[in-house]
Amino acid sequence: MTAAVAEAEHEVDQASPAPVFLEARDIVKELGHGAGKVRALKGVSLTLNPGELTLLMGPSGSGKTTLLSIMGCILSPTSGSLSIAGDSTEGLSPEQLAALRRRHVGFIFQSYNLFPTLSAEENVRLALDVRGGRGSQAVVDAQRALYQVGLRHRLKSYPGNLSGGEQQRVAVARALAGSPSVILADEPTAALDSENGLAVMGLLSQIAKDKSRAVLAVTHDPRTVPFADRILRIEDGLIVGEERRTEGVETVHELSRNRKRKANA
Amino acid sequence: MTLTLAFRNLFHDRVRLAVTLIGILFSIVLVAVQLGLYLGARSMIIATIDRADGDLWVMAYGTKNFEEAQPIRARDRYVALSTPGVERAIPLVTAFTDWRKPTGGSTLIVVVGADPENGGLAPWNMVEGDVSGLGVRDAVIVDKTYLAELGIKQVGDTAQVGASRIRVTGLTEGIRSFTVTPFVFTTLNRARQLIDMPADNITYVLVKLSPGADIEKVRTDLRSRLSADSEVLTRAEFRQRSLNHWLFATGAGVALLGGAALGLIVGTVIVAQTLYSSTKDHLPEFATLRALGSSSGYINKVILAQAGLSALLGYALGMAIALTIVYLSEHTALPIIMSPGLAALLLGLTVAMCSISALAAINKVMRIDPAMVFSK
Repeated sequence: MTAAVAEAEHEVDQASPAPVFLEARDIVKELGHGAGKVRALKGVSLTLNPGELTLLMGPSGSGKTTLLSIMGCILSPTSGSLSIAGDSTEGLSPEQLAALRRRHVGFIFQSYNLFPTLSAEENVRLALDVRGGRGSQAVVDAQRALYQVGLRHRLKSYPGNLSGGEQQRVAVARALAGSPSVILADEPTAALDSENGLAVMGLLSQIAKDKSRAVLAVTHDPRTVPFADRILRIEDGLIVGEERRTEGVETVHELSRNRKRKANA
Repeated sequence: MTLTLAFRNLFHDRVRLAVTLIGILFSIVLVAVQLGLYLGARSMIIATIDRADGDLWVMAYGTKNFEEAQPIRARDRYVALSTPGVERAIPLVTAFTDWRKPTGGSTLIVVVGADPENGGLAPWNMVEGDVSGLGVRDAVIVDKTYLAELGIKQVGDTAQVGASRIRVTGLTEGIRSFTVTPFVFTTLNRARQLIDMPADNITYVLVKLSPGADIEKVRTDLRSRLSADSEVLTRAEFRQRSLNHWLFATGAGVALLGGAALGLIVGTVIVAQTLYSSTKDHLPEFATLRALGSSSGYINKVILAQAGLSALLGYALGMAIALTIVYLSEHTALPIIMSPGLAALLLGLTVAMCSISALAAINKVMRIDPAMVFSK
């Protein structure tokens, strides 16, 4: 590649805006009825871009999980609009929302939510099956997803025989299977010890580098911050701050890699 | 994967599976036995009518069934013979009477008298001796099922009916009476003698039509020639009247069918309860499936597959037990019949029962809030 071509491509990159995989505008969500009605979200707008790991951080009761549920098409907003991979969710029935989730969204849950009666591979295949992936290709895809999260040796293990970290990695593989545009993680490290928590965040950070998907993790775990490309802070139902990792600031990976290099030198 | 998940959910909790299967098994055995008894009863009620060689039956007006007929005039036979379109008219005598056992005591029997050489109604399924043996003096033929009931052991044994001595010259197998009253086959005249019936009386005239004769026309002609005390029924009508009397007028059939319905209801309730409770236990998993984007149809398939697997397993076990009971009842006075049709009906009923049971579970899952996946 000549320097001129590279320069031209760089200019094009800078000129064209990054595609948006998820866009929420003025999301309001009211929960409860009558006197018990609570406004959990008070007009939240955000976008998720490909190749980024976004953290949504905030104290308990700030509306993180409600926002995650709306972004995952599990709850419908009281008002506001949401589109995922260009598909608007407005006016969709629960079945149509499920179809949208099937096509575009992968979930990672705090408690892993694996099926205890299915092996690691079967858990991933189930997610593929829901998305219409069947036969030997589904087996290959499930195994590939598990290889990707470092569980090549645990394909046939049942959740009961896996550590918390391994279970969460199976959940990550399940979310990856079917190549969704958006991966949403709910407190992915909350049930894990420090070592496993960091390993899972490292995995999410790697996954997020793929330009075909955007990753958002809801968390209140400060250990996750160094893995983020962007941090959204939510308080009392409103986004109150956004930080972006600036170039030159090392992530946990880079810090650890550099430390190893220095030690070896 | 729906089948795999259903299978694993089912076998995950062995105790619950056992309860489900016992529920289905209990239901199938109960329904099989009740319906099998119904079929057995039905077959016993119509056996003599189906075996008799008569297109039309002339009998006393209002006769309700084969066994309980009033006498008619013997000359009705000649009236029948003189009716155009009638090829043969065979007299038949039946009546209840007492059989005095050689061992002491007596039992009620149904004497069936017809001359074998005329056709009409001869004993069938002979296992010892033959019908021609009825030509011997005092000869009667009985079914081996009732040997103990009649107080005899074998061919050649003697007993007394009314004031007459009789000798058993042959044995049949499987000719049983719905009333559990043994049939005793003999000749027409000997039957009259045993039941003390005058020579100018008979019980039925079996009318055989000439080839090509119009049954309705012959019946109308015959009716017009007979006295008002007699009536003429086709074989199908007499069969239906007997069935109506024994199965419905007496309530016996209703009891059997009611027992079968009860079995179905109990089975459905047990299966519904266990399936519902299993589904409730797996709700977080179904919520996860929903969150992963599965359609309602996909989740319904899992629940229906669970119900279907339960049905097939329960059916296999239930049928094994039901067939054993059928086998054991084969040589009793109340045989249970398992026909291919009944086996297929039971399979259909089991699948339907389990599908209906699944409705409550499906209804529960359809109201699931996928947001529960975020509850910690």
